[in-house]
Amino acid sequence: MENLEALHENNKMDARVRKNSIWKSIFFLSTLFGLVVLVVLIARVLFQGVSWIDLDFITARLSTNADRAGIMGAILGTVWVMLVVIPVTLIIGVGSAIYLELYSKKGIIRSFIEMNISNLAGVPSIVYGLLGLTVFVRLMDFGNVVLAGGLTLALLVLPILIVSAQEALRAVPGHLSEASYGMGATKWQTIRRIILPAAIPSILTGSILSLSRAIGETAPLTVLGIPALLIPFPGGLFDTFTALPMQIYYWTIDASLVAEYANLAAATIIVLLLILFILNSVAIIIRNKFQQRY
Amino acid sequence: MSMATDNKVQIEVSNNHTTTENNTTQKRVVYDTKNLNLWYSENHALKDINLEMKENEVTAIIGPSGCGKSTYIKTLNRMVELVPGVSTTGSIAYKGNNILDKAMNVEDLRTRVGMVFQKPNPFPKSIYENVAYGPKIHGIKKKALLDDIVEKSLRGAAIWDEVKDRLNENAYGLSGGQQQRICIARCLAIEPDVILMDEPTSALDPISTLKIEELIKELKQKYTIIIVTHNMQQAARISDRTVFMLNGEVVEFSETDQLFSNPKDKRTEDYITGRFG
Ligand SMILES: Nc1ncnc2c1ncn2[C@@H]1O[C@H](COP(=O)(O)OP(=O)(O)O)[C@@H](O)[C@H]1O
Ligand SMILES: [Mg+2]
Repeated sequence: MENLEALHENNKMDARVRKNSIWKSIFFLSTLFGLVVLVVLIARVLFQGVSWIDLDFITARLSTNADRAGIMGAILGTVWVMLVVIPVTLIIGVGSAIYLELYSKKGIIRSFIEMNISNLAGVPSIVYGLLGLTVFVRLMDFGNVVLAGGLTLALLVLPILIVSAQEALRAVPGHLSEASYGMGATKWQTIRRIILPAAIPSILTGSILSLSRAIGETAPLTVLGIPALLIPFPGGLFDTFTALPMQIYYWTIDASLVAEYANLAAATIIVLLLILFILNSVAIIIRNKFQQRY
Repeated sequence: MSMATDNKVQIEVSNNHTTTENNTTQKRVVYDTKNLNLWYSENHALKDINLEMKENEVTAIIGPSGCGKSTYIKTLNRMVELVPGVSTTGSIAYKGNNILDKAMNVEDLRTRVGMVFQKPNPFPKSIYENVAYGPKIHGIKKKALLDDIVEKSLRGAAIWDEVKDRLNENAYGLSGGQQQRICIARCLAIEPDVILMDEPTSALDPISTLKIEELIKELKQKYTIIIVTHNMQQAARISDRTVFMLNGEVVEFSETDQLFSNPKDKRTEDYITGRFG
């Protein structure tokens, strides 16, 4: 009891409480800093661009005349590229994750592969652009078409997807697969009927998030030589195309020539942000909806 | 597969002259473990195990935590192999076939030997899908047949009346005790000969525990049951024979009444009188 009273009287208590509130303010300010930067950025873009967005801007073809220019071509280009990225990354990414996480034996080789995949996830995107240029555009001679752009971006996000899919597979509780093996199921049956269904929501969430990274990438596309001033719409894998971030990039650069291009760039940024926002919301909805209790 | 059946027949014949207790009819030996040793990498977890387990009996395995009960029972359906770095010597004959033989088809073995785990582990699926899982992976597709199996298995696990109106609800909505009986039903659905149970009631309340014990006594009519339990009263209540293990060794193996009333080994006596463990 005496000790306890001594404790209460001890004025060190106040010092600790004060210290706590100081740290709390520091953390709060750090958060605030990020928020303020984000708000300023978005406000600026909205201010510059929002009045330029209308149905015509979305649906029209590109034009050098700022008043008539539209981004339908860039939107279609982005969609086409994603039509390449999604199946390629899902099949190869989930396949590798299943192999690494469920089939390969723990050991030096596996750690080596995993370490390299993590390293690849950190390689600057422009390097992937160089790889795409060398392999897809030149060596395989696709030219700067949808397929080359899609495969390049697929390579770029593949490491991220593999890592997140591996995490998703690892998160499936072992007692579920044990139950399945215990009934005489083979490894593949267990993966296909128990592990994958349980992991799919997080795999989808991860792939949507990596997809949104691919959508916003500009650097690798500039290296591939993707044009911006492109009037015809892409209609297939071997058509040349432009994409939303490319359009933003060139309009920003050319704003020194035509002042309105800056507004067009801002308007396009708003559209791109909206697309990313929708994608991320879908990812969150999937995660919440399919979250299972084990 | 056909070879495995041939071997089985051979052994059935050879087992016919093994002696059994004077008062009961002759029972076949289902599992014959000889000089079994098991290592988790360097850790020698099972030491020279020799045990015979008989058809339509309940064999209980008791012993302090960490003595190798789970390891042994998981060797009986080779689930222990899921742990990397496990190695074994010796043999376990299941109806005459050495299951530790690399040629043994584990999927086939696990279809004949079902397992119920310590923590109820239904799949995050409907009650129906949980029970139909086994038959489905073994190729049964006809809805009518699956319906039949599901009902029969749920009845067999004494839970049909509680769930018959909610077969399509997720099994996670059930209580722990009900979930465990769903897991038993799921196991019955593959029509095993043997059911392995690793502390099946340790996560359950007393009433659910009692229900499962009743169920085990009934299942004994049709199945051979090997159950690990940390609860000596439970072993005494439900089992015909009891194995007492300590530090990876079998200390004593005899009829349950005998083991509890008149243990031969001092260590068994110490354990059952609560002096350690
Ligand atoms: N997955 C595992 N990896 C390594 N060692 C293990 C593993 N499981 C159990 N062991 C070891 O094997 C011994 C027996 O454990 P276990 O069979 O789980 O005992 P029990 O079920 O009787 O409590 C213990 O020493 C334990 O540390
Ligand atoms: Mg155990």
